[in-house]
Formats: sequence, C-alpha cells, structure tokens
Amino acid sequence: MTKNIKLRMYRHIPGKDSPHYDTFEVPAERWTTVLDALLYAKAYNDHSIAVRYSCRMASCGSCGMMINGIPRLACYTKIYELDTDTITCQPLSNFPIIRDLATDFSTFFQHHKDMKPYIVNDLDDIDEKAREFLQSPKELEEFLQFSYCIKCGLCYASCPVVATDKKFPGPQALAQMYRYFADNRDQAADERLKIVDDRHGVWRCHFAGSCSKVCPKGVDPALGIQLLRGYMMGFAKKEKKEPILFAKETVA
Amino acid sequence: MRESAIMNIHYITGLAAIVLVGIHVMFRLIVPYGASLEYENVIANYQNLPYAIVLELILVTVAIHGFNGLRIVLIEWRQGDSWEKGVKWACVAAAIAIIAYGSRTILLASMGGAI
Repeated sequence: MTKNIKLRMYRHIPGKDSPHYDTFEVPAERWTTVLDALLYAKAYNDHSIAVRYSCRMASCGSCGMMINGIPRLACYTKIYELDTDTITCQPLSNFPIIRDLATDFSTFFQHHKDMKPYIVNDLDDIDEKAREFLQSPKELEEFLQFSYCIKCGLCYASCPVVATDKKFPGPQALAQMYRYFADNRDQAADERLKIVDDRHGVWRCHFAGSCSKVCPKGVDPALGIQLLRGYMMGFAKKEKKEPILFAKETVA
Repeated sequence: MRESAIMNIHYITGLAAIVLVGIHVMFRLIVPYGASLEYENVIANYQNLPYAIVLELILVTVAIHGFNGLRIVLIEWRQGDSWEKGVKWACVAAAIAIIAYGSRTILLASMGGAI
C-alpha cells in the first residue's frame, strides 16, 4: 500500500546560505528506503539536493546520515520501519558539512590511516612462490567481526567523545587498530599500541556504547576498545602464535 | 609518562580511595556518631597514628585521582598543545599544593599544634 510521507531535509551550503530544512512529499511503499525517498525528491522535486550514495545495499558505507536523529545508512533503513509520517534527514554529526547531506570524511579517514590498517610482517605472504599464511578458525575469530567494518562513519557520528575531542581517533579507527593487533599474522603489536597510548587515544573512550549500537554491520567497536585497554593494562596477554606459512603447492 | 601508566595510577588511586574511605568510616564507628564530631575527639583522632596515616593516604589518593580526572575533562573539552601542557602542569601543581597543605594540617593536628 502506498502512503505519502514528509521528507524533511537539512539543506546548507557552507559559506553560501544558512542552514534550513526543506520538506518534500514522497510516496512510500513497504520496500521504500530512505535513500529511495531522497532520490525521488532529487529526481522530481529538487535536482540540487546533495546526497552521497553508491551500492544501495549497505556495502559501501556512503549513504550514512542522521535519520530521525540516529546515525543510519539511508539504503538500509526502510521508511515503514521508522513508523512515522515525517522523516528528518540531517548530515552525520561530528563531520564537517560539504553540502546538504554530504559530509567531509578527510579527518575520519586520516584517523583510520594513522592506525596502519594493514598487516605488517617481514615474511610477506606474497612472493615468487605465492605462499600464504594459514590461520585456524579460532585465530580468525579473534578479529573477524572487526573486519566487517565498511567505514560508513556511523559510529564516529554517534560517539560523544568525538563530539568534544577532535583528536580522539574515534571508535572506527580504534576498532580497526584492534582488528590488526589481534591478527596473528601481524608483527607490529607494540608499535600499534604506542599509536593509541596517547593523551587523546584509547583511554578517552567513555564506554557509552553508542558506536556498537548504531553499527549496521554488527561490529562492536566498544568491545575492541575495551580489549585493547585490557592488553595495555596487563589483564590480557598477547600470545601470538605465528601463523603457518605454506607454499601453495604444499597445501595442494 | 605514557598515558597507560597515568591511567593505571588513576584506577589504582580510585580503588584505593574507596578502600581507605571505608576504613575511615569504620574508624568513626568506634565512638557514637555525635561524640565523634566533638572537637576534642576530632583532635584526638589525629593523634592516633593509624588514623592519621589513613587520612594522609586518603588525601594523596583523592588529590591524584581528582586532579587527573580534572585534567582529562579539560583536555577533552578543548584541544591545543599550549592548553594541554598548561592544564597538565596546573593540575600537577594543584595536586602538590593540596597534598602539601593537607599534610601540614594533619601533621600539626597530630602533634597537638593549632591548625
């Protein structure tokens, strides 16, 4: 059954106009997502609406925005599940606005880069013999959920510490740090811990848990941060068992 | 000093303060509540060495924990190298000043002098 809903949208071009809201009436079916509604408004009401999106299936993490005050992916949020006739879309909190709902991810990505989000290992698994590291399922489970992160920025937008402390790396970067720290193929554990053992590092998390609540991929960044703290305080020991390095022919 | 070392001290002083305040309250229960607040009894408490030591430890743990907490609040509130350095040294100085003044009070009272 089609119903018409009101799409209340934040509009702002920094340096050109002052922030205001535009309201559009949009038809919605049971399967209509907020992104569908925004694209309808863009197609039929106002071509100048700025919204970032790509995959439309919660894989790329481009369409994050505040929907009725909560950070969500527009492509992953059905209008019917919001159970309201007025939907308010705002840009993600804690991000500078480029235009309307499009926000600047430069600082967010810089924090991610600072964590060295790659495996550091002298025994590179890619060589002329095309060798690979073998991990047991248990070793994989240590970090698997953290590798589901799509860098959509919802956790960063919901973090109350990021809201006041711009030097705090945020839940996404810290959870990614844990992802590589916990990976037994990685050899830079001490180096990684030094990066976040800082005045604005891992200790500034207040454990509000909002990052874990809003994650559309089921990642629990708050858990990763607490586990990191456990290692740093000596409650947990890092017993990294070196992964077995096999040549592909050996495996075959 | 690395932040992890500072935070270890922060948590240890916080837990120690809870235990010490518990012991302090137990000391107070030795005499009836009304009598424990009489001037002579309060001064006499200071002259009891274990009591004075507990008071001194409470002073040190609460000052360190409290001023480190204040430092954290202030560096989360505003960022910038000069601000953060200023906050750090102001908190260290304030903690030392409070501990020194409080220790002086405890020492004077325990030796029977005027506070």
